[in-house]
Amino acid sequence: MIINEDFEPTRGRDKRLPPGQYETRDFPVLSLGPTPEVTTEGWKLEITGLVQNQLSFSWEEFLKLPIEKVKKDIHCVTKWSKFDTEWEGVSLDELMKRAGVGESATHVIAYSHDGYSTNLPIEDVRDGKAWVAVRYEGEDISAEHGGPARLLVPHLYFWKSAKWLKRIEFIDRDVPGFWEVRGYHNYGDPWQEQRYTFD
Amino acid sequence: METPGKNNATPSTDLRRLWQAATLVRFGFAAGNVKSLVFKVPEWVKHLPGQHYDIRLTSATGYQAERSYSAASAPESEGVIELGVEFLEKGEVSPYLWNLKEGGKIEIRGPIGGHFIWTSEMPGPLVLIGGGSGMVPLMSMLRHYHLTDTSRRPIVFLISARSLDRVLYKEELEELMGKHPNLSVVITLTDEAPSDWVGYKRRVDSEMLQEVLAKVSGGMPMTYICGPTGFVEAVSRNLVAEGAAPHLIRTERFG
Ligand SMILES: Cc1cc2nc3c(=O)[nH]c(=O)nc-3n(C[C@H](O)[C@H](O)[C@H](O)COP(=O)(O)OP(=O)(O)OC[C@H]3O[C@@H](n4cnc5c(N)ncnc54)[C@H](O)[C@@H]3O)c2cc1C
Repeated sequence: MIINEDFEPTRGRDKRLPPGQYETRDFPVLSLGPTPEVTTEGWKLEITGLVQNQLSFSWEEFLKLPIEKVKKDIHCVTKWSKFDTEWEGVSLDELMKRAGVGESATHVIAYSHDGYSTNLPIEDVRDGKAWVAVRYEGEDISAEHGGPARLLVPHLYFWKSAKWLKRIEFIDRDVPGFWEVRGYHNYGDPWQEQRYTFD
Repeated sequence: METPGKNNATPSTDLRRLWQAATLVRFGFAAGNVKSLVFKVPEWVKHLPGQHYDIRLTSATGYQAERSYSAASAPESEGVIELGVEFLEKGEVSPYLWNLKEGGKIEIRGPIGGHFIWTSEMPGPLVLIGGGSGMVPLMSMLRHYHLTDTSRRPIVFLISARSLDRVLYKEELEELMGKHPNLSVVITLTDEAPSDWVGYKRRVDSEMLQEVLAKVSGGMPMTYICGPTGFVEAVSRNLVAEGAAPHLIRTERFG
C-alpha cells in the first residue's frame, strides 16, 4: 500500500460509511441514459413469475396497500453515501404474501421502464429488507430519482434499487441484470466493497 | 455491441481488481481549472474509451479516500493513463492530485465501466456533448477515433463551458478539426465570452441541439453526454423531446 504522507483528510470517517464511500448531503443521480417520463396515469406494477396469483396494480390500487415509513442509509457504487434518507413504500413481504410466491423461487428480477433490470436473491428482499417506494422525504419521488415508484433495497449498492419500476418477477435461477453484465458485481454488498465483477 | 466490460479473466488473475502504485510522469493544464495528469502503472491494462479508473489516497493515520476519474487518453496510448482532474475548492481528493509532483505516487485500479463506451467498431455518426470536465471521457473517444478510424463518419463535439479558459484540450481540438473535415467542434460559453466571440453564449437548449445535430447526416447517431447531473439531465431531456431515440443516448454523471 502507498501511504500519501502529505494527504490531509477533510471529510470525517463516520462509522456508518462502508469502505471507500464518502458522505454527501446532495442526492446525485446514476442512470444509464435519459430520464424516462413515467406518469401515474396508466401506470402499472406487475408481480409475475413463480407466484400463485399474478398481480397487477394501478397507481390508485397500489396506494391502497399498507405503506410503511422507513429511514435508511443508502450507498451508491460511484462512492457517495447518504444517511437517514426517509422513504414511504410497500414492503416486498406484503407483495410476496399477496402474490403467494412459490417455494421454488430463488431470485427476483426488477424491471424498469427504460429497459433496465437488476437481479437479487430472494432472501435479500424478504423480512423487511426491501420496499417499492412511492415517496421520498415526504414528497413524490422525482423523475430523476426513479418516480413514480422505485425499488428500495438499502443494504445493497443503490443500483439494485431499480428506478421507474414496472415489474417484479420471481424465478428459480439467477439472471444478471443491466449493470451486472456490464462489469458491476452480481451481489453488491457495500460493506464487502463488492463494486465490480472482479471484487 | 454490448460485449465491452464483460469479464474475460477469472477474478484472481484479473489485473483490473488490483490497487496498483501509479507514478505521475507528466502533468499540464487541460483548461484553467482542469489539470491533465499522466500516470504509469506496473501492469497496464488497455481500457475502452469512456471507462474510468478508481483512485485511492491513504493518509498517515490509515484513513482512505476513493474517487473515480475517467481516462482522457486513448487506449492506443500504450502504458500510460491520462486523467483530467478539475480543482474543487474544499474538495478532499482533487486538490491533492493537483499538488502531486512528478514522481509522486497514488493508488489506482481499473479500467472500469461497461456502458458509457464508444469504439470505432461501432457504426454510424457520433455525437459527443460535454459540460465542463465532462469532456474528459469524450476526449478519449475522439482521440481513439483519430488514431484508429479511417471512416469519414460525421462527428460533432458540443462543448458547454463557463468561459473560454475552461474549455479543455482547446489546441488539440483545433488540430483535430484541421485533420478531420468530418469533425465539428461547437463551443457554447455560458457565463463569460470574449468581446469578439461569435459562437453560442447560452446554456445548451433545444434550438442549439437542432442546429448542431443538423451537422450529422447518414444515419442515427450514437450520442454520449457527460458532465454534472443537472447538465446531463437537461441535455438528454431536450434530445429526447427533439425525437432522439433514448436507447442511442448514453450518459455519465460526475455527481
Ligand atoms: C464515473 C465517474 C467519473 C468521473 N470522472 C471525473 C473526471 O474525469 N474528472 C473530474 O474532475 N472528476 C471526475 N469525477 C468526479 C470525481 O470522482 C470527484 O467526485 C471529484 O473530483 C470531487 O472529489 P473531491 O475529493 O475533490 O471533492 P469532495 O471532497 O468529494 O467534495 C466535493 C464537493 O463537496 C463539498 N463537500 C465537502 N464535504 C461535504 C459534505 N460532507 N457534504 C456535502 N458536500 C461536501 C466540497 O466542498 C466540494 O465542493 C468522476 C465521477 C464519477 C462517478
